[in-house]
Amino acid sequence: MNSSKYKYDSGLGSKKSLIIFLSPALLAILIFFFIPVISAFIMSFTDFSIYALADWNYIQFIGLDNYFRLFDDPLFWIALKNTFYFVITAGPLSIIASLTAAILLSSKLTAFKSFFRLSFFLPVVTTLVAVAIVWRFIYHPNFGLLNYFLSYFGISPIDWLGDPVWAMPAIILMAIWKSFGYNMIIFIAGLQNIPEQLYEAAEIEGANSWHKFHHITLPLLAPTTLFVGIITLIGFFQLFAEPYIMTQGGPLNSTLSIVQYMYQEGFRWWNMGYSAAIAFVLFTIIFTGSIIQLKMKKND
Amino acid sequence: MYQVGKIAVLFLIFILGCANSENDPTVLKFWAMGAEGEYVSQLLPEFEKENPNIEVKVQQVPWTAAQEKLITAFASDKLPDVFQLGNTWVPQFHSLSAIENLSEYVEKSTSIDESNYFPGIWDTNVLDSTIYGIPWYIDTRVLYYRSDILKRAGFDHPPRTWDELYEISKSIKKVLADKNKYAIYLPSNEWAPFVIWGLQNNAALLKSNNSYGNFSSPEFKEAFAFITKFHKEKLAPIGMTEVNNVFQAFKDEYFSMYISGPWNIKDFKLWLTDSLENSWMIAPLPAPTDEYPGASLAGGSSLVINSKSEVKQEAWKLIEFLSRKKVQLEFYKLLNDLPAVKSAWMDSIFVNDKFLKVFYTQFLNVKATPKIAEWEQIAFSKIQQYAEYTVREVMTVDEALAALDKDINEILKKRRWLLDKNEQ
Repeated sequence: MNSSKYKYDSGLGSKKSLIIFLSPALLAILIFFFIPVISAFIMSFTDFSIYALADWNYIQFIGLDNYFRLFDDPLFWIALKNTFYFVITAGPLSIIASLTAAILLSSKLTAFKSFFRLSFFLPVVTTLVAVAIVWRFIYHPNFGLLNYFLSYFGISPIDWLGDPVWAMPAIILMAIWKSFGYNMIIFIAGLQNIPEQLYEAAEIEGANSWHKFHHITLPLLAPTTLFVGIITLIGFFQLFAEPYIMTQGGPLNSTLSIVQYMYQEGFRWWNMGYSAAIAFVLFTIIFTGSIIQLKMKKND
Repeated sequence: MYQVGKIAVLFLIFILGCANSENDPTVLKFWAMGAEGEYVSQLLPEFEKENPNIEVKVQQVPWTAAQEKLITAFASDKLPDVFQLGNTWVPQFHSLSAIENLSEYVEKSTSIDESNYFPGIWDTNVLDSTIYGIPWYIDTRVLYYRSDILKRAGFDHPPRTWDELYEISKSIKKVLADKNKYAIYLPSNEWAPFVIWGLQNNAALLKSNNSYGNFSSPEFKEAFAFITKFHKEKLAPIGMTEVNNVFQAFKDEYFSMYISGPWNIKDFKLWLTDSLENSWMIAPLPAPTDEYPGASLAGGSSLVINSKSEVKQEAWKLIEFLSRKKVQLEFYKLLNDLPAVKSAWMDSIFVNDKFLKVFYTQFLNVKATPKIAEWEQIAFSKIQQYAEYTVREVMTVDEALAALDKDINEILKKRRWLLDKNEQ
């Protein structure tokens, strides 16, 4: 047997075949990803609007004007503030909820595990439009289930979706309920990878369950948590469907998110240039957020 | 020899095929929205019988995605030959040069005549004194009111003036004496009432050839202050989430007056049954002065021809057909769309219907919103936004209208640039 047969050939021939085999995928990425992204980037320096569809001569290059306008646009700041509010509160809460659910479901004491796993995961796969209708009734100020429940504690009715103060918390609660099942499944997988011996060893050393959680579960789950954290961050920054269906950004723009603002400007009013600029600002924010998370992990 | 015969047969088939294709009817692509798209095909067999050489292909477009679809179709050169447009969209498609100038067609036509249309409605299709769309069906907004509650409040007639509307509202609130019941429903996510009140007060909404906002004008300010007073004095509910269903809310006396269009008649009839059947009515809108009725919005849909269509004559034939009195009446019977041609309104169905009579009166006094491509954005995003800021008292009337003008000036920047460019 000639062992060189198994060595990788670094010659020209293999590079060629590499390119040939990869080309369908590369071509698809080029056409459906890079070209649109680059054209959107170029578009963000123009005043591309509905008139541009009539005559390409109506497009002007305006340099960084769209970006300057953004910083001057109160609605953009409101949308940015709302999005951060959402990410900063809903993000950690959602991760805590999914981790708690995952640990409870991994416990040996839990009965009907698959039933609970299914029920917690069900919201993830349910259509948001259908869910939104149900939640609108839950949040209804006069005959909603939530206010009915709260009335037992003597809390007077809250106009959940109609009050600028409460609309965002209402959206957050619904978004967490809708999404925590997905992360829960990932956490369950992560928990199953932690060897049982570690817990047994700790028990012999006299560790209680908090010690075990703090010194075994959390550190060994760190890669999973990082993954979940980044995925949640990216997903939550793109908040769109929940407020779009539930509140249309209102009341008083208190639930207007960046993506929703971008959608309105772009596809409702055809201010594509401005909308593209918003998209790139959002991209920068998400990119920075992900980098910071990765850095923090490395420093640990 | 056998081979030659085979070729000859093939050749014959080919010739016949060609001849056949020459007799193929001209295909006319027609897009219509929502229910109209669904029902219009029931009217078309008659048209195709009259014009055996034309075959109409109807495509139904859902209302919610209609504008997006039409603009995308325009961008990719796939617009149909003839299509329906909400009449406030006509300026937008005109600015894209997507729709045909119909002046010559109307001039030559023996069946379509401007005098057979309500002037306010016809006007919405006229840009630079040129007609671009023919009204297909029309709508406008009137006042829905609970006559029984008005009676309890001491009024045997609907409000005729602004002052009377305010007085009636205060009396209703007093009579019902319930924190959760209001006199009138003016949700800030419906821009129409806010604009109607301004138009009634003769406010020019935009200025300098529609290139700057003019909402801070004294006329609009007065109207806007008047209408937002209802929210501030709790005569109208501020939020919108309490009303999941306007019909139910109207039935439950949550509000006793509501400004809406003909599309709601059917459902109100359905919800207010038995003892409530005769407890509601509609009336033309009140006016700022004694000149009752006050103006309302000129709404509805028009039929337009794609400027790049190759079968414009056939498309015009279809428009003429759909504008016939008989066809318009049939269309009304199918889905209650109000006919655009006045002669149809002389039919006994219309003369004897108490609701339709009110609409007829209102149609005689309707006004168009500014006819520019950006109007939709101004109305749906900006007017609604600042109406909400005002009714929730985040901003005063002056602040809100100044901010509204500022935003509108930003939206109209491109329009000003184009106007400058065209002048040079």
